[in-house]
Amino acid sequence: MTAYRINHLSELENESIYVMREVAAQFENPALLFSGGKDSIVMVHLARKAFWPQKLPFTLAHIDTGHNFEETLVYRDKLVEELGARLVVGSVQSSIDEGRATEESGFNASRNVLQTVTLLDTIEKYKFDVAIGGGRRDEEKARAKERFFSHRDEFGQWDPKNQRPELWNIFNGKKRVGEHFRVFPLSNWTEMDVWQYILQENIEMPSLYFTHRRKAFLRDGVWLAWAPFMKLKPSETVIEDDFRCRTIGDITCTGLSPSKADSLVDIIREIAATRVTERGGRSDDRRSEAAMEDRKREGYF
Amino acid sequence: MFETDFSSEAYLNMQLLRFTTAGSVDDGKSTLIGRLLYDSKSIFEDQLEAVERDSIRRGNEQINLALLTDGLRAEREQGITIDVAYRYFATPLRKFIIADTPGHIQYTRNMVTGASTSNLALVLIDARNGVYEQTIRHSYIAHLLQIPHLIICVNKMDLMEYSEETFNKIREDFLAMSAKLSIPDLRFLPISALNGDNVVHPSENMPWYTGPTLLHLLETIDITSDLNRIDPRFPVQYVIRPISDEFHDYRGYAGRVAGGSFAKGDHIIALPGMKESTIESIDLFETSVPQALTSESVTIRLTDDIDISRGDMIVKKGNLPSVNQEIDIMICWFNEKPLNPAGKYIIRHTSREARCLIREIDFKMDINTLEHNRKDLTIGMNDIGKIRIKTTQPLFFDSYFKNRITGSLVLVDEGTFETVAAGMII
Ligand SMILES: Nc1nc2c(ncn2[C@@H]2O[C@H](COP(=O)(O)OP(=O)(O)OP(=O)(O)O)[C@@H](O)[C@H]2O)c(=O)[nH]1
Ligand SMILES: [Mg+2]
Repeated sequence: MTAYRINHLSELENESIYVMREVAAQFENPALLFSGGKDSIVMVHLARKAFWPQKLPFTLAHIDTGHNFEETLVYRDKLVEELGARLVVGSVQSSIDEGRATEESGFNASRNVLQTVTLLDTIEKYKFDVAIGGGRRDEEKARAKERFFSHRDEFGQWDPKNQRPELWNIFNGKKRVGEHFRVFPLSNWTEMDVWQYILQENIEMPSLYFTHRRKAFLRDGVWLAWAPFMKLKPSETVIEDDFRCRTIGDITCTGLSPSKADSLVDIIREIAATRVTERGGRSDDRRSEAAMEDRKREGYF
Repeated sequence: MFETDFSSEAYLNMQLLRFTTAGSVDDGKSTLIGRLLYDSKSIFEDQLEAVERDSIRRGNEQINLALLTDGLRAEREQGITIDVAYRYFATPLRKFIIADTPGHIQYTRNMVTGASTSNLALVLIDARNGVYEQTIRHSYIAHLLQIPHLIICVNKMDLMEYSEETFNKIREDFLAMSAKLSIPDLRFLPISALNGDNVVHPSENMPWYTGPTLLHLLETIDITSDLNRIDPRFPVQYVIRPISDEFHDYRGYAGRVAGGSFAKGDHIIALPGMKESTIESIDLFETSVPQALTSESVTIRLTDDIDISRGDMIVKKGNLPSVNQEIDIMICWFNEKPLNPAGKYIIRHTSREARCLIREIDFKMDINTLEHNRKDLTIGMNDIGKIRIKTTQPLFFDSYFKNRITGSLVLVDEGTFETVAAGMII
């Protein structure tokens, strides 16, 4: 027999599909958190592969900050239609209107943190017992500590000091009433793996990831997309240039990269040469040393 | 990582090595991982800036590389690792998944979590202290988990004047201790994680050591034979039955091959029913593949309509696993509440779930002497022992020695649903 080996990308794919199937088997009412970003797009692709020719056994849930890139919504609706999937939208604006969340003010105001309230409300409203997220351990140091099956108490909180042991690929999704799980099938993927996979599988991506003309301004060394509701400091000026998004999230805190990459191959080349992480452009992580951990403890994605 | 002439083809063909750190608290595990990432240029500028900033804020004189993996607030405050951190890096030869685990005995369960999926372990020993109880415990766990490759890193050589004698003494001690363990591939390496000696670059301070650096070992150790490719095992995870006109009669068994391989046309037996059939097709999304190999996630369709559900196992004629309700296992106990000899537990094994009771506690491991203690049979937190269980339904298994997937299980508390033990079938 010739020595065969499975390359690392297919090993990651096999692992993620396995995790998705465990979720479908162990839970009653799973949601797949769909943000319209590359990780959630890859998750949907993996879920299709995992259950083909059956429809996704998951409800897609979008936590909508109201500060979206228009294109994200178009992409989302088209995908939902193609899949014949069920979509529920949790709106941060409604959480604010109902007085359950308070809008931040000041220059760095963002609805990113508020998403936690809406996320937990959405989980409760639809009685989801598990929410599948696209978080990857290579994104951030608190995420690097996350299990595949991450247990949440009845307040949706993560207790990083007391996580369940997770051995081999045996996942324990058992929980008491009111508790739920977050599951991260892409835990072991890196940004490069995600793009390589998108290229290999020929997955259609929103054009925001490719170079386009955009109005933007520089803040604390990070390029931010300009939108009419954003407050500028006197020292900041809006310019127009070629940019692409390295991550897509809430418009107020998504960093842009100056880029001329207009194909997947270009993007991969750019990522291979880059010296900053993708979250280096996210102002939400820069707020303090443990910003991500604190948000996650409270129930963030 | 930061290459200018990047080749996607080379990237896709890289082999994946998962490794873990082990050893006593403060022996330098996290610092070593930080050093490895730093010297192999796998750290991004903003990560490095953040770690520099946080090091200064914490009053460190020089950059504290352990902060690259110790990401939790409590870890940074206490200067220890509490839970596993996973880090990723690649060199032109391999892609690595690192599990940096805690040395503190209180968090042994997290060490086991990180080690359970690894095929190599770096065991650190502080050159000043030598082999400790926790060094032995972790080495023993690595042995129990059948991690085939162990690299013993004698660290902090800078504090022992890079003495060859110190290194040799520790190597002798370790060899004497580990004679009782069967470790197929054991290596020794003198290093300074703090200064980088023999991590990525050969040490100028230890000319007496002429062997490979740590990175070189990680890139070249042969790992192709680490999976069981002989005995075909397919635990059924999920039954795919689309309700659509186009796929009206489709009935597929989704799962991940846990051993050996399966091909179209193979004669199979489905456990527990012992029903026979033939593989009609192996599906992978919209295509079908001629063969499914160990660790591949696929969907198998059979020529006959037999009753198979989650928890059942598809195997091949002439190569059956053990089928039994009384099972001997080695366990690692994780919970503050000790093993209750009269209690019942939920058991998870491949995709199967059952309940079990404890038939007998055979012995508890004495970690210092690696001897079997048959007098004190209380199995408490962090204890390792051998027990016999009786399950409510038969399990289909192999010994852990033969197959890490079909030979492993976990015990879950019926009240709290916490995972209380890891079990390896003997
Ligand atoms: N002099 C010297 N100090 C070192 C070396 N490696 C680590 N240290 C120091 O040892 C201390 C503990 O290092 P860590 O890397 O946090 O140890 P650890 O093994 O990860 O500890 P736990 O994860 O809590 O078990 C730190 O103060 C390090 O700076 C070394 O090679 N030489
Ligand atoms: Mg550590």
